[in-house]
Amino acid sequence: MTHRLRHARPEATELAELMKRSNRYLLLALGGCTALALAHPAVAATFPKNSAGFPIHAPTPWEWWFQPAASPIQKSIDWVMQFVLWIMFGVVLLVAGLLAYVMVKFHASKHPIPSTTTHNTLIEVVWTLVPALLLIIIFVPSLNLIYQQSDYKNPYMTVRVTGHQWYWEYDYLGAKGVDFTSYAVPPNELKPGEIKQLSADHPLVLPANQKIVFQITSGDVLHSFFIPSLGVQRYAIPGQYWHQWTEIDAPGIYYGECNQICGMNHDNMPIEIVALPMAQFQAWLTEAKADAAQGNVPPIHKFEVLAEAAAAKSAAIAQPGIRLASSTSK
Amino acid sequence: MSATALHDEHADHSHQTGFIRRWLMSTNHKDIGTLYMTWAIIAGIEGGVLSMIMRMQLAEPGNTLITSGQTWNAIVTAHGLIMIFFLVMPALIGGFGNWMVPMMIGAPDMAFPRLNNMSFWFLFMGFIFVNLGLLIGPGSGIGWTLYPPLSDSTFQPGPAVDFTLFSLHLAGISSLLGAINFIATILNMRAPGMTMHKMPLFVWSILVTAFLLLLAIPVLAGAITMLIMDRNFGTSFFEPGGGGDPVLFQHLFWFFGHPEVYIMILPAFGIVSTVVATFSKKPVFGYLGMVYAMIAIGFIGFVVWAHHMFVSGISHDSKIYFEAATLVVAVPTGIKVFSWIATMWGGSIELKTPMLWAIGFIFMFVVGGATGVVLANAGLDTDLHNTYFLIAHFHYVLSMGAVFGIFAGFYFWIGKMYGQQYPEFWGKVHFWTFFIGVNLTFFPQHFLGLAGMPRRYPDYPAAFAGWNYVSSVGSMVTSVSTLVFFYILFKIFTGKQVLADNYWGEGATTLEWTVASPAPHHTFEEVPVIR
Repeated sequence: MTHRLRHARPEATELAELMKRSNRYLLLALGGCTALALAHPAVAATFPKNSAGFPIHAPTPWEWWFQPAASPIQKSIDWVMQFVLWIMFGVVLLVAGLLAYVMVKFHASKHPIPSTTTHNTLIEVVWTLVPALLLIIIFVPSLNLIYQQSDYKNPYMTVRVTGHQWYWEYDYLGAKGVDFTSYAVPPNELKPGEIKQLSADHPLVLPANQKIVFQITSGDVLHSFFIPSLGVQRYAIPGQYWHQWTEIDAPGIYYGECNQICGMNHDNMPIEIVALPMAQFQAWLTEAKADAAQGNVPPIHKFEVLAEAAAAKSAAIAQPGIRLASSTSK
Repeated sequence: MSATALHDEHADHSHQTGFIRRWLMSTNHKDIGTLYMTWAIIAGIEGGVLSMIMRMQLAEPGNTLITSGQTWNAIVTAHGLIMIFFLVMPALIGGFGNWMVPMMIGAPDMAFPRLNNMSFWFLFMGFIFVNLGLLIGPGSGIGWTLYPPLSDSTFQPGPAVDFTLFSLHLAGISSLLGAINFIATILNMRAPGMTMHKMPLFVWSILVTAFLLLLAIPVLAGAITMLIMDRNFGTSFFEPGGGGDPVLFQHLFWFFGHPEVYIMILPAFGIVSTVVATFSKKPVFGYLGMVYAMIAIGFIGFVVWAHHMFVSGISHDSKIYFEAATLVVAVPTGIKVFSWIATMWGGSIELKTPMLWAIGFIFMFVVGGATGVVLANAGLDTDLHNTYFLIAHFHYVLSMGAVFGIFAGFYFWIGKMYGQQYPEFWGKVHFWTFFIGVNLTFFPQHFLGLAGMPRRYPDYPAAFAGWNYVSSVGSMVTSVSTLVFFYILFKIFTGKQVLADNYWGEGATTLEWTVASPAPHHTFEEVPVIR
């Protein structure tokens, strides 16, 4: 690395040398960053809990991987992502290594006479076939993932999700009349434990450990129903219904956002999901149906009361948070 | 007027003509190329300023630089369209293509010089219109993908969106005429002895690009014409209320949009091949493989469009097909990357500024390509579609791919185009500051995307603050780097050097290096013959 920059002015040479050295450090730093990005944060995340004792599955500061997976689909996505990324990381590393090698080894200062080789059939065949093989290796698990995601038959329940400018509407197809809207909580009305641009006034209430199908559509423009930690995303398209399924692993609060440009409040129509243990969910649904039958708005906030009761009960038997038999029996 | 008089008049135009005649009515491929380059720089400044505004707004949550989501969306839209249609395409195709293709194939000019002039002025009008789309009323806040129903008159009333759509029509006509011109020139006007398989790779890249434009632009034109009719004449091609289908627009748009991606990157491939060979003092390794890899990329580019729609209205089986087809693109792309490295292998490498940009291109493009393979997986798109992971991916291939290619070409050819060499030291400062700046800007965006931050958000939950701040700092570094570039431009335009015909020496073997620097108005005194 003693190469001298021929056209550099004298006072510039020192800085130029520094830049050349920084070249190496930069490559190291970039490699380090990439390695850091790829090392999987498999540590069991501990979530803060809300007043009712539910873990809040929200994005965390400086996060550099997926939000911890909370559904079978998201676990598969997480796995395939690591699989593909490690392969691609190897490819990037190989190319970076080769580039660094040729830049040093065949620098004009060390290698003044260039070779005249312009063809080598064997190596050209190799660098065509090896990448093709790698792609086939990637394609297999990826194909399984597509099949897994497409299997939305025989759900426990179906919720029709309708995107509107700028709120979501949740219609419980199996429970007549349970159909409500969900707006972002305005910043000045946020209660403790609620998160700006993620918390909704009337969250979507779902049972944990059951197969849920979202039947997604829109009342106006395109939206996208996106819940990263549950492995759910689908455009809401007016005039069409598209299905996505998930199964929430444990009771808790999960967040998503609208992910397709939909006008001026695109960033302000979050998705908040409260997953309840089955018993509490049934209780909530009964009340919601009764209220709907009377023409009232379903008791959107009653789940909080139920949840608090459940939390108190579990605290009484010295268990933190919500733990139910159904979550271990699977 | 006799033939002699005509000839005499012809003989003394060129440099002696007045400003208006030379620049507004130009039919010379070099002058038109210069016009394209100049306009690309102007558009690049505007697109860059818009991105600085966005990064300042996103530097921390709750910023109030932009108070209206509609204004934000209009800026996002204009940034995308300006960078694609008025920076990258004019610089690579209109600028370097016009300047270099006729010289490289030994032709006196483009096949249709007046058409060439029209191409540029259509583009100029398109640029005016895209700005009207940004500035009129509340602006057109629809994203560069223009998806209806948001772009329908119900949701975006007023003329702004119509200006944006007509801007694309104008830019499209410009590109289409340019493509026809390039195809006619390259197929018919090569010097004796220059067979197709002896053409420089940059010429090949422009030829493949021209065919992509020829086939893709009319589809875009059809789609936006239907959209304009939906907006203004009560049709319902894409309006579900009248039996239309919003997903149809997405298919049409991406049937154009995906080839468009290769339209932006293929000419950069051509420049990088040229630069890498020149500064390795070796011919390109595997020339035929390189040519047919580009043709393969162009062909496959037309059959992968719906990978942009994996979470939209698309069936299970379509996902499988489009994923498989998309993965295949990586094979010819790999051939190109490995051939560049093999070109350097055994060479005698000089790390001059153009070579730094070219090597930077290869590395950054491979990073962007790697995340491209990730995004090709339909199942993973569930978590990555429309997030900042995607933003990072396409800025790695465009902001660091295509733009690095543009800078490589600029430093490589500026002496030939203007007759003044750039200052080598400042060229390297520009490269390193830009390299650090863009990586600092875009690498953290991978993390934001993985954590679930959606694109086109003027404000975001507080959890995303950290990496957004880093990204904004990176964009500051990039803009300081751009100031270095302006200083370099100043040094070039005030320089008083006398440059050799072939100032790069033995590695530069194409025909433009056989003529003076700057290249004379009429390139060749006699027809060059290629052995």
